[in-house]
Amino acid sequence: MLDKIGIAKRLAKELKDGYYVNLGIGIPTLVANYVPEGIAVEFQSENGVLGMGPFPFEGEEDADVINAGKQTITTLPGASFFDSALSFSMIRGKHVDLTILGAMEVAENGDIANWKIPGKMVKGMGGAMDLVASAENIIVAMMHTNKEGESKLLKRCTLPLTGIGCIKKIVTNLAVLEITEKGFKLLERAPGVTIEEIKNATEGTLIIEGLIPEITF
Amino acid sequence: MINKEVANVQEALKGVTDNMVLMFGGFGLSGIPENAIAQLVKLGIRGLTCISNNAGVDDFGLGLLLQKRQIKKMISSYVGENEEFERQMLSGELDVELIPQGTLAERCRAAQAGFPAFYTPAGYGTEVAEGKETREFNGKMYVLEHAFKADFAFIKAWKGDAAGNLIFKGTARNFNPVMCGAAKITVAEVEELVPLGTLDPNQIHIPGIFVQRIFQGKHYEKRIEQRTVRQKD
Repeated sequence: MLDKIGIAKRLAKELKDGYYVNLGIGIPTLVANYVPEGIAVEFQSENGVLGMGPFPFEGEEDADVINAGKQTITTLPGASFFDSALSFSMIRGKHVDLTILGAMEVAENGDIANWKIPGKMVKGMGGAMDLVASAENIIVAMMHTNKEGESKLLKRCTLPLTGIGCIKKIVTNLAVLEITEKGFKLLERAPGVTIEEIKNATEGTLIIEGLIPEITF
Repeated sequence: MINKEVANVQEALKGVTDNMVLMFGGFGLSGIPENAIAQLVKLGIRGLTCISNNAGVDDFGLGLLLQKRQIKKMISSYVGENEEFERQMLSGELDVELIPQGTLAERCRAAQAGFPAFYTPAGYGTEVAEGKETREFNGKMYVLEHAFKADFAFIKAWKGDAAGNLIFKGTARNFNPVMCGAAKITVAEVEELVPLGTLDPNQIHIPGIFVQRIFQGKHYEKRIEQRTVRQKD
């Protein structure tokens, strides 16, 4: 089974040379720490920065330089700042190559729910609805099951949707899966995790074809 | 030069009355019009509809207006950092309209640019699109969203001059430029009001035509919401 860092390391393998990437809050943010050697990628944060760098050293924090999680950050050489409309022009206009975000539920038809639980305090969707409605390459990073042990990979989402038919790939603590017309296709399994365990943790249709390799980093 | 400079925040907020629709720049606590918010609290203006990406925290930003129950309705994309907000929302005292962040920005920009409405893919197939006109373009579905109509826009910039020209700094830029000229009256507050002619026209982010009033803010706290640092090796 992978921990959050393991999920981030596996996600980092999806980064390709020349990619502009938007990382959501939580596990996706960690991906920036594991960019493979020898490739150039730039991270976009939808509040208005491209070319995001690591956190600042203590004492060098700047209230005017933050990411979408409102955390203080730095910028790398070649970085740029821009307004919110231009930021979402990058997103809506498909100029961002890869989006990685978290989810509460993903369905086998590619629907995603990650912004609202009825009856609970709703914080809002932020930029998630714009991202999932526009991006062509969206990967979800999440735990395979929720705190109650229930599957988050479903036949149909039960929570209010963030976007429809938009998710292509999922990396969880148990597996890497691709969304196909027939359902969740198992691509890789986490080290030490059996296919049986993945089956039990997946409510949606699971497609298993041939030998399923273990995730490598 | 058409002079937009006003002496202070009192002058800058002249004409703001109860039940108005107000825009506020800022993302989280970054780039918020601190002086205009403080003055609205002082004036005790109520029944406000506030268009702002976030709603501040309990004791800063728009949270200060929430504490005094001056806000009737919030139009935002993310409101997660404020207990008083949560209490008022759950009790029904506060009306909240949550919309996608890119749609929020574009509804401002549309008002600024004179577009009545636009189509966006954001929110199609979700409850955000309920009751809205939808249309297919090139095999993909889009939702019709309308330009905002607001009485005042409160903007925070880094530097400005008496002509109303503005330059923003870092990610404090965010929603500020797209709200300039998106309301009947745009009030810009700046950290530094510099002498006319010192700003390089090549570097202006927002030309003064979009700004009706400009003043230098007395004090900026510029609070950091999430202080994240790394250690030196």
